[in-house]
Amino acid sequence: MAIVAFLIKRLLQAVLVMFVISLIGFSIQDNLGDPLRELVGQAVSEAEREALRDRMGLNDPFLEQYWRFLGNAVQGDLGVSYHFKRPALDVIADKFPATVDLVIGAAIIIVLVSVPLGCWCAIQPRSWLSQAAMGASIVGISIPVFLTAIFLIYLFSVNLGWLPSFGRGESLVEIVPGWKTGFLTGEGISHLVLPSIALSSIFLPLFIRLIRSEMMEVLEQDYIRYAWAKGLAPRRVWFLHAFKNTLLPVITVGGVQIGLMLAYTILTETVFQWPGLGFMFIEAVTRVDTPLIIAYIIVVGLIFVVTNTVVDLIYTLVNPTVRLVGAPS
Amino acid sequence: MPLLDVRDLRVEFPTRQGVLTALHDVDFTVDRGERLGIVGESGAGKSVAAFAILNLIGRPGRIAGGSILFEGQDLTRLSTHQMRRVRGDRISMIFQDPMMTLNPVLTIGTQMVETLKAHRRIGDAEARRIAITRLGEVKIPSPEKRLESYPHELSGGMRQRVVIAIALLTEPALIIADEPTTALDVTIQAEIMSLMLDLCKTHGVGLILITHDLAVVSQVTQRVVVLYAGRVVETGETARVVQDPVHPYTRGLLAALPGEGTPGARLNQIRGSMPPLTAVPEGCPFNPRCDFVEDRCRDALPALEDLDGHRVRCVRARDLASGVAA
Repeated sequence: MAIVAFLIKRLLQAVLVMFVISLIGFSIQDNLGDPLRELVGQAVSEAEREALRDRMGLNDPFLEQYWRFLGNAVQGDLGVSYHFKRPALDVIADKFPATVDLVIGAAIIIVLVSVPLGCWCAIQPRSWLSQAAMGASIVGISIPVFLTAIFLIYLFSVNLGWLPSFGRGESLVEIVPGWKTGFLTGEGISHLVLPSIALSSIFLPLFIRLIRSEMMEVLEQDYIRYAWAKGLAPRRVWFLHAFKNTLLPVITVGGVQIGLMLAYTILTETVFQWPGLGFMFIEAVTRVDTPLIIAYIIVVGLIFVVTNTVVDLIYTLVNPTVRLVGAPS
Repeated sequence: MPLLDVRDLRVEFPTRQGVLTALHDVDFTVDRGERLGIVGESGAGKSVAAFAILNLIGRPGRIAGGSILFEGQDLTRLSTHQMRRVRGDRISMIFQDPMMTLNPVLTIGTQMVETLKAHRRIGDAEARRIAITRLGEVKIPSPEKRLESYPHELSGGMRQRVVIAIALLTEPALIIADEPTTALDVTIQAEIMSLMLDLCKTHGVGLILITHDLAVVSQVTQRVVVLYAGRVVETGETARVVQDPVHPYTRGLLAALPGEGTPGARLNQIRGSMPPLTAVPEGCPFNPRCDFVEDRCRDALPALEDLDGHRVRCVRARDLASGVAA
């Protein structure tokens, strides 16, 4: 079975990647600051601090610490957050749904806007809409997320008062135990709008331009000319013959971007006080909560690996010349 | 009345360096069931002529003059929608490279059924039945299975057979084949060509065969048009043009055929190369490469001289035809 072999190969690669990520993540912890300063008050004497460091194993040689960490990690224990006094993974699991809401919201906006606009720009490159979209995308890609976010808050929350400026709202719906989403209530969605737009703003120009340039290239291909020569309707030529071929590279890039989007949530969540992973990470950094920081790095790394694998699987569904899943011949 | 009557066709490409004329006042006709060859080197305007008939010249090219009468209507005057009803229905096209012609992400079946459904009010089952019949006609083994195949699962020869089957789907009156065998393996070229010839005969469909290969033209077509730098330089019955070529360019093309030389000898070739559209010489465009050139060749463009049915664009057409030329 080709699919099993593929997954096993991917799994081995993933283990290697995760090992490297954990090593890098773990080795930066000494450069983040002194966790003791945040853990204990000013009144604690230097001798007591040293004793505490010893007890926590912070004075052990690096390799010994890393080995202990790795042993725990494979058992699903990424350490206990200094600040929350709970396992780091539990803290991340609490914050994860909020970030997923935000990423899904942004992804919906990206797909709904970039696909039609990118196609239009390729089909009618000289129309005013295409020129405007191209111009706007230059501006869009140059404005940092936090600036867009602040501008959105200023306009829609402060001036117009249409949308809330922070948080997820009060009416979250628990779809599975421990997983709440804001997508099922009007209030939840209203809280999602501005953060999602802000997060999508950095990726929209990229996707519009990517879809446009890929589609323009595809439209020059012989098989498109042939499709016209067969007398097919423009709709079918553009949205089946051309678009399906355009999708392949877009999926590849898109998959990587989903991972990147997770990283960008740090900025968006901070501006909107969004109780997700990114916000948590920034707080963990200021509190020198090293176990939580390392756990975050590892979880995000894992998400990258998983999304890339899923993207490769989807790719085979769209592109018949790449068959991981046993081909009917 | 001929099936297709192209008159004074002029195709222009506006560019930054000025307007380039890819076809100058080109005339030719195709009768019902007739097979016409269009011959010339790369850049002569063969493909432009083919795409012009279907009004599919890539931007910024445009038909700047002339008419293309097909089944009583002028194709240059049709609306986009009317033109679409002609393309792929009354006139089919076969492209050069079957590797690039079929859409890589759609099955053969999809690409066949969509062609029929674009022109006929029929259901999927009926369309598939016709598709299977046509695939059988082009001698593709187990056609039902092939409908589910993707293009990359077929060889180049098989793909070109599929393209021929698609061309025949709607029982067109005319097929335009743009170098249909150039991209194929030499061993398969003859096979595909004779298949096309047979099918054109049995279906009574007209054919415009675009090629640089005069040997193929002489086997397949009844009449031939030789293009040079966007102009017709010689046209007439294929047998006559091939046996008694008049224009020095046609003579050169024929002399360059490998079969004509003695084994081991250097192949003949026409010296120089086709001028780019930006630098077509004054007078007869062939004059810098011509072995029979005279001063007057550089002054004015020769007219097409009619030697009872065999027309030649050369000031010395009569001398050359009677063998007087030195």
